[in-house]
Amino acid sequence: MIKQLADYVTFAQMGLKPGSHSGEALNFFIYDTIKIFLLLCAIIFVVAIIRSSFPPERTKRILSHKREYVGNIMAALLGIVTPFCSCSAVPLFIGFVESGVPLGVTFSFLISSPMVNEVAIIMLWGMFGWKIALIYISTGLLVAIVSGIVIGRLKMEKHVQDYVWEMQVGSQEIVELTFKAKLIYARDYTRDLLKKVFPYVVVGVGIGAFIHGYIPQDFLVKWAGKDNPIAVPVAVALGVPLYSNAAGVIPIVKALTAKGMAIGTVLAFMMAVTALSLPEAVILSNVLKRRLLITFFGIVATSIVFVGYLFNIIL
Amino acid sequence: MKLEVLGTGCAKCKTLLENVKKAVAASGKESEIVKVEDIPSIMKYGVMSTPALVKDGKVLFSGKVATAEEIAGML
Repeated sequence: MIKQLADYVTFAQMGLKPGSHSGEALNFFIYDTIKIFLLLCAIIFVVAIIRSSFPPERTKRILSHKREYVGNIMAALLGIVTPFCSCSAVPLFIGFVESGVPLGVTFSFLISSPMVNEVAIIMLWGMFGWKIALIYISTGLLVAIVSGIVIGRLKMEKHVQDYVWEMQVGSQEIVELTFKAKLIYARDYTRDLLKKVFPYVVVGVGIGAFIHGYIPQDFLVKWAGKDNPIAVPVAVALGVPLYSNAAGVIPIVKALTAKGMAIGTVLAFMMAVTALSLPEAVILSNVLKRRLLITFFGIVATSIVFVGYLFNIIL
Repeated sequence: MKLEVLGTGCAKCKTLLENVKKAVAASGKESEIVKVEDIPSIMKYGVMSTPALVKDGKVLFSGKVATAEEIAGML
């Protein structure tokens, strides 16, 4: 239906020719922005209702004193449903470790929460289909679980800033919301998130549409294709400064895959965009000493590069 | 009445502070409004997601930016 609408506007109303550069670009733009907008509205709303049942206080209690493996797996899963903003990474981290959540388990949460987020999942689903979205979710969880276990095994508690261990943390009551309150929360959450990400979607789809219409096929095969081993680490490195703009980045990347960028490289790039960010590193340096911060980044980056190579081989 | 806006200085925390000021002005009640930015004080309340609003030592909500109208209803 959206396809018909896009065809109608571009070809019947605007009088552009199917197959022409401008026609294809505009058609692509209209179709993708409408589709993504609808997906965002629906899924963010559903996720927000689920989220309203998992305030960080509850997640903290569930994870407190959990053992390795079980704790890491639960932390990675709870990372999807617990609302998290990197601006509250510090109080969250302190709250977790102070209430007895093991360090490795805390990291599984901190890695999964920004990486496996609904905006990235919707964008991947809308642009690449549900299979790629599912692969992203499962490998994202795996990266979070494995990285958390490795950090836990390294016994790096002494590389957490000393004051963290001495802090007095109060406990906050968990307020049960009524169903109506949850709906209101979900409505506000959806509206705020849409306002934040939709401009990036429009810009991203716009650039994607331009690439789709104007850049020659196979343009990127040489640089970003399967056979270039450097492509994955370069994509990960490029992803770090593009912090949390999954909404704007995915449409561009989608257009680039059509020009020859390999899918494993795409997944690695997306994970780097969401999970590794410089602002978050700066915030976390308030609670982590340099060695732990570098270890954290190093392990996550390595796992992501590995995921990229793996999917370039099997997909 | 003493109101404390807890937050480490992100944009959301500033918006909340503005909304609190508006709500207090509209209500006409006497109130001291403090912005709390240091981590130990925030943690003392057990708040893990900022911004949060505290009234006379009790956390009213955390992890969201309430509108001035919502806040006025809580004062």
